[in-house]
Amino acid sequence: MKKGTEESVQEEFQLRTRLRWLVDKAATSLAVLSTLLVILPLVAIFIYLIIQGAHSLNLAFFTQIPKPVGEVGGGMANAIVGSVTLLVIASLLGVPIGIGGGIYLAEFGRGTKFANGVRFTADVLNGVPSIVMGLAAYALIVVPQHHFSALAGGVALGIMMIPTICRTTEEMLLMVPHAVREAALGLGVPNWRSVLSITVKTASPGIITGCMLAFARVAGETAPLIFTALGNDYWSTSLNQPIAALPLQIYVYALSPYDDWHRLAWAGSLVLIVLIVLAVSLVRFVTSRGVLKGAS
Amino acid sequence: MPEIRIVQTQPPSEPAQTPEQAAAVAAPVEHSAIRRYLLARGNSAITDGAFRVLMALCAFSIFVIVALILFELVQRSQLTLHAFGLKFFYKTYFDPTTNLPSYWDPVNGYFSALPFVYGTLVSSLLSLLFAVPLAIGVAVFLTEMCPNFLCAPLAFLTELLAAIPSIIYGLWAVFILVPLLREYVNPLLIKGLGWTGLFDDTSPTGMGYFASAVILAIMILPIISSLTREVMSAVPHSQREAVLALGATRWEMIRMGVLRNARVGIVGAVILGLGRALGETMAVTMVIGSTPQIHHSLLSTGSSMASVIASEFTEAVSDMHLSALIEIGLALFIVTIIVNAIARLLVWAVTRGAPATTH
Repeated sequence: MKKGTEESVQEEFQLRTRLRWLVDKAATSLAVLSTLLVILPLVAIFIYLIIQGAHSLNLAFFTQIPKPVGEVGGGMANAIVGSVTLLVIASLLGVPIGIGGGIYLAEFGRGTKFANGVRFTADVLNGVPSIVMGLAAYALIVVPQHHFSALAGGVALGIMMIPTICRTTEEMLLMVPHAVREAALGLGVPNWRSVLSITVKTASPGIITGCMLAFARVAGETAPLIFTALGNDYWSTSLNQPIAALPLQIYVYALSPYDDWHRLAWAGSLVLIVLIVLAVSLVRFVTSRGVLKGAS
Repeated sequence: MPEIRIVQTQPPSEPAQTPEQAAAVAAPVEHSAIRRYLLARGNSAITDGAFRVLMALCAFSIFVIVALILFELVQRSQLTLHAFGLKFFYKTYFDPTTNLPSYWDPVNGYFSALPFVYGTLVSSLLSLLFAVPLAIGVAVFLTEMCPNFLCAPLAFLTELLAAIPSIIYGLWAVFILVPLLREYVNPLLIKGLGWTGLFDDTSPTGMGYFASAVILAIMILPIISSLTREVMSAVPHSQREAVLALGATRWEMIRMGVLRNARVGIVGAVILGLGRALGETMAVTMVIGSTPQIHHSLLSTGSSMASVIASEFTEAVSDMHLSALIEIGLALFIVTIIVNAIARLLVWAVTRGAPATTH
């Protein structure tokens, strides 16, 4: 009688162990499977971009402006220049303010309520949809001016850069050891000089990284440009004119019914993604080489 | 108390500290006596003060931006705010000739955002349904199971997924994903799940809620998985070791030791992903089909809040139409602010208390 129960307990125990082992293996394979599933679209997107983009990429793409509907050929030279223009405007607005905010958070406002509020608001602002930024820039600049302009597009993108740059600058400055600051102050350097030439300079690789990341993110934005920069089939000569941009042009071409334009859209996407991946990998390279870690 | 480390379940600490951790370390730092003395000597009090004020202004500009956006959007949507009030978000109108429900008619001048709210909710919730299990799977794999040499490249790849602009997702979706869904997936869904009534009607193009949910899922996955990874690495090792010491298998360790401890943060990550999905514009605009109607079938076309702004704004002629679109933008702004704030607080709650350096 007693032996029997022991055996059944033993059996049940073994069954349980086996079941737990099975569940463990199932969970492991599910995790592996989901990772593969996630990598799959990434690979698919890149393969398609490279196949479709590479065989429609040629010199004309970089040197010509779009041809009228029906004519084969043409390029996106004006869109590339337009994107660069917009990004320059955006950086002029976003980088100084972002870095300034970061300096305040790290150097002056540590632990204060104001700084915590700024930090939190910056994080929240980061999640606001880009189309809302576009609407704001429209209301702020396009409506009073009565026309679409490169300036409005640049401002919309610039506003989007501020929170990202602000937060990364802060993080990077926090990694600079206190001894460095004290050494500078001890030599009689005024505080503002010590912040700019010593602390910020020490953290500069990281700050540049942050700016590049914000830059890469903004470079691909389309939504805020639709009703600020609007797009332009020709060269624009003034910042007060509508201006073409690479993502905008891709959008217009992708939704058009012409095969030739689809071809150009793929080529444009390839150029865009190469730029962005270059920026991101550069960042990755710089951070992994320990330039940043050396600072702490 | 001596600390005994039995297993090393993950490679030592992530590359950089998380911002929250860094902030938590930095917050209580008091200036050292020597620093206070040096600062107080005051040989450059005016420039220092000016510099400080200037930097504070930069920081303050973040508040200004939020206030300005809010003010401008409210200002420009006065027309519809007054004309429709809250009814703007739930009222159903009826077409006088056909007597069918109609919501959005710029020509006859009545506007209701109901179909867009519906489209946004359906597509983003559906995308969460796809993305959350996958994202948690990826995070579990990367933090707990991945062999060391694979970890960094895989993490990089998922990060890369976040760096692709939404317009490229849109392009890919229009030319690859939508045809794929139309030819292979949609017929299967209709056949297999048509009885639920959610898949009975399909759009001939393959565009619609379902297609946009799939592309949204791909887009929000990296955000959810990287934040989940962050909160999972914030779970102390002792938790894992304690569960393992009781004889748990690896999965049981993950479930009881890690996921249970990190669940608040994971919920935060999911809500953050939801915030992204709600506001995602370009990819959704390109695949949702842009019809201002409510369809109960997930395979038919619709419109989301962001997509209607993107597709109609430049064509809007009447002030009322513009004002209605801006009001939708205002609603989107407020909703995403709230969603993001909740998510951030949840993620902070988990990562803030964690030890800044795990080793």
